[in-house]
Formats: sequence, structure tokens, C-alpha cells
Amino acid sequence: MTDTGVKRAAPNLRSLTAARVSLPMSGHSIATSEVLEFQLAHAQARDAVHAALDTEAFARRLRDELPMLAEQGVEVLTLRSCAVDRARYLRHPQRGRSLDAASAAVLKSMPCDLAITIADGLSALAVERNAVPLLAVLLPRMAKDGWTMGPVTVVQQGRVGVCDAIGERLGARCSLILIGERPGLSAADSMGAYLTWQPRVGRTDADRNCLSNIRSGGLNVEEAAERLMGLMKTARTMKLTGVALKEGAGASLLEG
Amino acid sequence: MLLRQSINGVTYRFDGLKELLAKATAARSGDELAGVAAQSAVERVAARMALADLPLKAFVEEPLIPYAEDEVTRLIFDRHDAPAFALVSHLTVGGFRDWLLSEYATGHTLCALAPGLMPEMVAAVSKLMRVQDLVAVARKIEVVRRFRTTVGLRGRLSTRLQPNHPTDDPLGIAAAMVDGLLLGSGDAVIGINPVADDVASTGRLLRLIDMVRTRYAIPTQSCVLAHITTQMAAMKQGAPVDLVFQSIAGTEKANTSFGINLGILKEANEAARALRRGTVGENVMYFETGQGSALSANAHHGIDQQTCEVRAYAVARAFDPMLVNTVVGFIGPEYLYDGKQILRAGLEDHFCGKLMGLPMGCDVCYTNHAEADQDDMDSLLTLLGAAGVNYIMGVPGADDIMLQYQSTSFQDALYLRETLGLRPAPEFEAWLAGDMPRQLGTPMQVQGIAAS
Repeated sequence: MTDTGVKRAAPNLRSLTAARVSLPMSGHSIATSEVLEFQLAHAQARDAVHAALDTEAFARRLRDELPMLAEQGVEVLTLRSCAVDRARYLRHPQRGRSLDAASAAVLKSMPCDLAITIADGLSALAVERNAVPLLAVLLPRMAKDGWTMGPVTVVQQGRVGVCDAIGERLGARCSLILIGERPGLSAADSMGAYLTWQPRVGRTDADRNCLSNIRSGGLNVEEAAERLMGLMKTARTMKLTGVALKEGAGASLLEG
Repeated sequence: MLLRQSINGVTYRFDGLKELLAKATAARSGDELAGVAAQSAVERVAARMALADLPLKAFVEEPLIPYAEDEVTRLIFDRHDAPAFALVSHLTVGGFRDWLLSEYATGHTLCALAPGLMPEMVAAVSKLMRVQDLVAVARKIEVVRRFRTTVGLRGRLSTRLQPNHPTDDPLGIAAAMVDGLLLGSGDAVIGINPVADDVASTGRLLRLIDMVRTRYAIPTQSCVLAHITTQMAAMKQGAPVDLVFQSIAGTEKANTSFGINLGILKEANEAARALRRGTVGENVMYFETGQGSALSANAHHGIDQQTCEVRAYAVARAFDPMLVNTVVGFIGPEYLYDGKQILRAGLEDHFCGKLMGLPMGCDVCYTNHAEADQDDMDSLLTLLGAAGVNYIMGVPGADDIMLQYQSTSFQDALYLRETLGLRPAPEFEAWLAGDMPRQLGTPMQVQGIAAS
């Protein structure tokens, strides 16, 4: 082995945190191996941000892997936001919250308890990996609890607020959107789930409840489904979501 | 006031100072989002030409937001030091740029001038400056602040050690703290962004840092960057609060969206000073800012994001802070699209802050949805070092695993110190030369810290 001057400071603290501590260094600089590890993590995050969600293929997957949808006569629709590409999506948040004219025309009034939307957000990878497994756990529980479903919508270049435009057109009592979160270096596939009572255009994040970091290695789909059902039941009882709805309040309300 | 500029027979009109400033600004995705940016490259230069001919006095005559509507505007006008301003009151904005670059504008002169400058004047002149101007003028200005260390001396570069952890885990935080201290980080402050914004956990984290600081006799100050009201409540319960932190913005409405106002900041400043915990000085406030925050709260009043940012410095200046830093690339590409926009914004913020008389640092950073990478950060870091930045961040491997963005590493600060011949704050430099770092580097120290 050639001595290239790389040293790792003692003590080695790597086992104590996921942070990049005790890096091997050459002089005052980070050693080659770690520089490349960082670049790889960044590259994965960048690719996740720019990956496109193939909405048609994803809709087929939903129909194939979740036969419950067809059994209950639930349609799967593919929609587009007003952001025609990623550059415009990133620069103009408002466009990602509204539907383009053709998509809006597809949606007819269909009053229901819950409208489920799946959108790429900032990581198509996140919804490709986590949305179907989550729904596979959640849908049977919803059915058992008596929730009627509107069509499942799959949106390209969508932000969280697009669920308001969809829910309002459908006349849904409540909306659930599963969406890719901003990728970090440690995980590029985190999915968020936002619940909004009486979705309508103009709602803000203060009107929603959110579960974050749904992924393998983060919040697993079993626990996410459990917590979502808890939030949905409480929302139905209180007829609201948002800052006034605290997670965990459901049990006492329902028991009391 | 209607302003005009003719270029090749075409007349460009600007309806008031607000529009002129916005259109003179270097291209920014946030200003485009707000619909205030220049419509063409030539219109942008026309605005700069009109701005260059504008007397600085115009800003004393025309507030961007009506005085009655906004407490930040009232602060700016009520605190304006006319005798200090007299030195440059005869100049146009373009003339002011030339004067700043001349030998007349020494560091001493600029420090005396600061109270006479309104943020809009400072923002205006920065819009006429190139990157090298932003470096050359900022470099002249030495703003020194003290608590347990002396930060901002010429030839020195300090760092905020930022040992964040996604679950506020004491062991993980202690590991990042020890790693950073052993690499010479933490002389500006050891500051944790907590996950949980509650009084109990704020107190717990403050005691953790304070215990490390006292056990190893480290000359530095601590801070837990919870909401200011949470920190004040922790202080009332006897938590060891050194610096009080708050994010601030340049309009009353934006500050309201942060849950603060000038009265709350004043109360916090007085309460922290009364604890008399500093040893070499009593600057106790720590502020963070960033272009785009006012627009994101829909509280920008049609003002461009860079001018809003400098107005936030007027808020900071009123409380004689220890530390102020822009978190320049954190806000995302809808406000600063790429490495080029982040780089210029970081240098503008540093220059404008220093000219306003603030001890400016910078969180050199970006998110994964911005068009930027480590090369962009290295460029900004190096330019800020040349410009004399007071401090930068120290994050393990530049990867903040709690806030999910990339900042600067402990090694980045070592690179900058070595390359530009910069040294840590004197008190901290003496500590690094003593025996305590060796003790901190022996096995099981982290476990011992987390267990106590």
C-alpha cells in the first residue's frame, strides 16, 4: 500500500451518529473515498428530483396490484398540473398546485368520503417505491371503516395543493395526497402523506395533517397506515384537519 | 416619483423607487415569481442607469412601505442618523459606488457612516456592484463582536458548530460536537437546530452544550435555535441561555408570520443581557435571514427580495447582535435558482450586512432541488473568505442530517483558514493550543458527555 497521507482522527465516532463524523482526511481536506461517497448521495438525490413519474404505467400498476380498486368500482385517472416541465415546476409553485384544462375537464362531481391523489412532488422515486405498499395496507382498513372512495388520481408535476383542486371538483369530504418529499443526502425516496378535510383551492398547510418520511428505513407503511387511519377517524369526528387536530387525540374522542 | 431612462430612442419608465430597485436587481427566480423582475436584459440595465443617477437622498424622501403601515419602516426612519449620512448625502447611487471603492472610504469611515445608511440605499448600491466590488468593499469593514470569544477581527475566521440530529439524540449531538471541536470548529457559537420546539427539550439541549463547554473549559457561546419565545421561557426556568436566536425578515408582516415583532426582540435582548453570562463582551443576539423569506410569507409589499433582505438587517442592527448570518441557499430554487444566483446573493448579503454595520456570517448552502453543487459552495466560500466574512457553518461532512440540506464542513473551514492565512478567534485559538482538546480526543468522552 502506498502512503497517500490519509488519516482518520481518533476516536472513531461513526457508530454514534448517522452524521458524517470522523471522516478520513488528507491534510485538511476530506479523503477521496468520502468525497465520492458524498457525490454519489447527491447524485441520487438529484436524479430523484428530476426523474419523471410515468403516470400511465403507474396507473396500470395501481389497477394490477390493488384489485380492490376494480372490485369497488374505483377508477384510476391520470392528470397533469399546469407545470409543463420540471424547470417550470421548480420555479412556479402555483402551477404545480393547479390542474391543466384537459385534466380539470376529466374530473366530474362525484361526492365521496375520500379522494386519494398520488403525485410525484420532488421525488417520483418516493411514490414509485412507497405508494402502492401503503395503499395495500390502508385500503382494506378504510373499507372496513366504511369510507367511500372517489377516483384515485395520479398527477404529474404536482404539489401538495393540487389535492385541493381535485377534491373541490369531485366534491370530496376529505382528501389524501401521497407525494415525493424533497430528497436529502441520506434518503432520496421519502414519501409524505397529507390529509385535508373539505379540500378546496386556497387551503394552506395549516389546514392539513402530515406524515413525513414514509419509506423503508423511515416510517414503515404499516405504521403509516395505522396513523393515517387514526387521523382520518378523528378528522371525520371533528370535521376538520390541520393545527386543531392533534395526532393521538382520536382515541380519547372515540372512546369518550 | 416617475423615473425614466432612454436607450437608443426607447424610453424605459419606472413607477417609483420600489419598481426601479426591483428591475435593477440581478436576475433572481424569486423576483420573477413575484412578478417584479425586469422583463428584458436591456430593461435591467436601463433600471441600473436610472438608479445610478438617483440621489441617495431620494430614499429619505420616499419610504417603500408607508410609515404608518409597517414597524420596520418606522424603525428605519426613526433611527436614521442624519449627521452620519451627511458625509455621502450629496451623492447619487452611482457616485456612492465609486466613492465606496475609492481610497476615501476607509474601514474607519465606513463604520462611522453605517448609522447614516438606510437599508434601501445599501441595497441600491449593491445592485450596481460586480462580485469583485462586493468583495473589495466588504473587506475594508471590520465588525467585531464579543461574548466569550471575540469574533470578526481582521485575519480571523470563526465557525458556528452545528451538531444537529434528526431525533435530538444527545449521543449523536455529542459525537458531532466533539468531532467539530477537535477540528477547530465552534468559536462563533455551538448552535443546535432542535427538532422539537418545546421548552423542556430546549432546556435539555442548552444544558448539554453548557456541560461540554464548562467541563472542557471551552471559550465559546451556546445557542438552541428554537423559537425566541421558547428560548425565553427556557431562560425563565433557569436554562443556561448564552445567545438568543431568531429568524427575522424585512417587513412587519413577514416578522408577524415568524411570530415575532420588535417588542419581543427587545424583551429577549434585555433578558439575555441581564444574565451577564458573557466574559469578554455582552452581545447576546443571534439572527438568521435569507432572501425570499418575505415573499414566501406573501409579505413583500412588491419589494424585490434582496431589498427586503437588507431591511431585515435594519431590524438586526437595532439589537447590536453577536452573530448575523444569511442562510443563503436554504430557501430553494423558486427564490434562488442555481449556483450563480446563490453565489451573488451570498456576497450581496455579506456586503450589505457589513455596510449596515453588522457582524455578518454566511451559511454557504444549497438544497437538492437547486441547480447547485459542492463546486458552487467552494466558490462562494472562497470569495466570502476574501471578503472577510466573520463566520461560516461547521456541519459534519457538510451534510445536515436533520435539516436535509448541504452546508459547509469542518474541513471546509480548515481549507479556508489555511488557504487565506486566517486564524480562529483568539480565545479559542489559545484553547486549541492547550491540553483540553487532547483530553476531548481520548476514548469514551462522547459517551461520558451524553450520559451526564
